[in-house]
Amino acid sequence: MAPENKLDKSKMVVVEGSYAVAHAAKVCRPNVISAYPITPQTHIVEDLSQFMADGEIPNCEYINVESEFSALSALVGSSAAGARCYSATTSQGLELMHEVLFNISGMRLPVVMTIANRAVSAPISIWNDHQDAISQRDTGWLQLYAENIQEVSDMTAQAYKISEDKDILMPSMTCMDGFILSHVYEPVVLLEQDLTDEFLPTYEPEYVLDPKNPMSFGAFADPNYYTEFRYMQEQAMQRALKKIEDVANEFYDVYGRYYGGLIDEYRTDDADIIIMAMGSIVGTIKDVIDKLRDRNVKVGLLKVRSFRPFPVEAIKNVVKDAKVVVVLDKNISLGLNEGALFTETKSSLYNTDIRVPVVGYMVGHGGRDIKFDTIEKIVAEAEDVIKTGIKIESQFTDVKEELL
Amino acid sequence: MKSLLAPGHRGCAGCCDAMAAKFALMGAGEDCIVVNPTGCLEVMTTPFPETAWDVPWIHSLFENAAAVGSGIEAALKALGKADKAKVLVMGGDGATLDIGMRSISGAFERGHNLTYVCIDNEAYMNTGVQRSGATPYNASTTTSPSGKVSFGNPRPKKNMPAIMVAHGAPYVTTTSIGYPKDMINKVKKATEIEGPTYVHSHAPCTTGWGFDTSKTVEVAKMAVQTGLWPLYEVEDGEVTKVRKLGKNIKPVEEYLKMQRRFKHLFTMEGGEAEIAKIQAIADKNIEEFGL
Ligand SMILES: Cc1ncc(C[n+]2csc(CCOP(=O)(O)OP(=O)(O)O)c2C)c(N)n1
Ligand code: SF4
Repeated sequence: MAPENKLDKSKMVVVEGSYAVAHAAKVCRPNVISAYPITPQTHIVEDLSQFMADGEIPNCEYINVESEFSALSALVGSSAAGARCYSATTSQGLELMHEVLFNISGMRLPVVMTIANRAVSAPISIWNDHQDAISQRDTGWLQLYAENIQEVSDMTAQAYKISEDKDILMPSMTCMDGFILSHVYEPVVLLEQDLTDEFLPTYEPEYVLDPKNPMSFGAFADPNYYTEFRYMQEQAMQRALKKIEDVANEFYDVYGRYYGGLIDEYRTDDADIIIMAMGSIVGTIKDVIDKLRDRNVKVGLLKVRSFRPFPVEAIKNVVKDAKVVVVLDKNISLGLNEGALFTETKSSLYNTDIRVPVVGYMVGHGGRDIKFDTIEKIVAEAEDVIKTGIKIESQFTDVKEELL
Repeated sequence: MKSLLAPGHRGCAGCCDAMAAKFALMGAGEDCIVVNPTGCLEVMTTPFPETAWDVPWIHSLFENAAAVGSGIEAALKALGKADKAKVLVMGGDGATLDIGMRSISGAFERGHNLTYVCIDNEAYMNTGVQRSGATPYNASTTTSPSGKVSFGNPRPKKNMPAIMVAHGAPYVTTTSIGYPKDMINKVKKATEIEGPTYVHSHAPCTTGWGFDTSKTVEVAKMAVQTGLWPLYEVEDGEVTKVRKLGKNIKPVEEYLKMQRRFKHLFTMEGGEAEIAKIQAIADKNIEEFGL
């Protein structure tokens, strides 16, 4: 049984999502923050700047870089020099960081970065979908997706603990839906400094740039060596599967809050239909599920918290007795007509004896609202799949034919 | 003086980058952390699991060395170790004048306490001698080759030291591997000055320029003696020191004919007029710096 989430109402304050994240970053005691503004991440870096201006983050340098490319590049240097590092970005900023993302993970630097997920250009759009982070899925960063502001705030501390573990040493992206979470005010319990100090030990790296003990970072590896570096990164990713679960439990022990480990479940026990999704949309889905359950539709939710590493076993366990799995993706792998979560869920099941039909829907691109009706329609179509099998494997929803 | 760059690296015989790195380290001393973007120097000194560096060294990408240096400097400050190590960035001309330009500009504008050394071999050597923003007028490279209707690179070198002066850097200087003492002293001075300092070192590449492997230093000296590469220091925007040439100024022709990359100027029709244009570049330097 998953632990029950105990939110201490007396400690709740109503703040903007970005503020909660900035506050979380602050109490994690970063030594170097380096970031560049981009909507809808901007408020996070503004709040952090204000904390700096008010002297609220001790032993920390804030680098006001000239681009996202340098924002992350600076953290290559600071992390290698032994600092705990933080950044935040989204969309075009994240895409601009692409080359550095590989660099950080390849050097095994445990940087943590919040992504306020946003669509990518062209056409330019500032609104939420997951295309930005999904485009970076193979860069060797852990990717955790949050359902609400409380979760993304708490996830920040969890991410440091996972990333900095000596057996992991992989950077993390904590993903929050742009605007939907970044610009919304919700009652939350802000991370407490004393509890966070108890939960998150200071970062004590084994390998640092230090003239007393010179080491070379990021050497040139010929074909005799390169493969082993990649292999070791993948091994660390696999170890992270357990670590993410452990850290979620350790977090619960200290703070009494729990949102699932790799995944979370909602009314899945007897569900024939399982909806899978990531991010804030799961809140909407839960409400639809409640409504449909009142009408005796046996539907449940599988929320994916960790997209990287991908929780194959956890997913298999939940979907094995279902009659259909519906995957909602706020992204598309162009040329396959599928979203990434859908593709990877299918591939997780292929070489198993679990023979549940899996269908995919691409929803909410560029911030398009995902309405109750849409999800109900999708569930109705899933009921048909149970009766008649798959007719359409993967499709866009709510396309305006009149605009095509 | 101890060399902090171990022998046995994989550079070409007579490699300018190796000399430049060695001299820069002699100037900076052992309490430094080196950032080195992609290029000949990086590739030849760190074939895993070996390394030629006797100081902490980090490579990340071709275009972000100054930003990585900014991060190291910030971390040292935050961790209370700022007095324990100097940050020394060493990049090729491609990494400096072209692809890394924005990151250098940002680091200097922000005023990080680091020293950036540009090792200027006047082309992208690591990828096989393609032109860069530092390639001089009329040099033949693989992407600016001389040909029936071309004298080679059609534009003069970008004036990077002037750009760095314009950033308000407290110390900007030019030097050359042909004058090791000059280079060692200037790097030392640069690392001792608070704030972002810039050292631009001329570094003739035997392979890319086409001269005998024993002639690296000779070619380097000739660039200075013709006035094509003036050696000067700029402190807080003012030229404070210039290496005078006196009466011994050599015609540019002597420099050009030492190198295969300018060979076409001596065989093609109209070459003489082109050489005169290069002489005019040197003459302008001679006048401007009072060489
Ligand atoms: C983004 C990117 N583009 C291109 C390259 C290929 N590349 C590697 S080194 C190099 C040229 C390096 O030239 P320079 O900085 O002048 O150093 P040198 O090798 O001449 O010492 C190039 C183009 C790269 N590594 N990264
Ligand atoms: S090509 Fe030039 S810079 Fe590169 S290793 Fe050879 S001599 Fe050195």
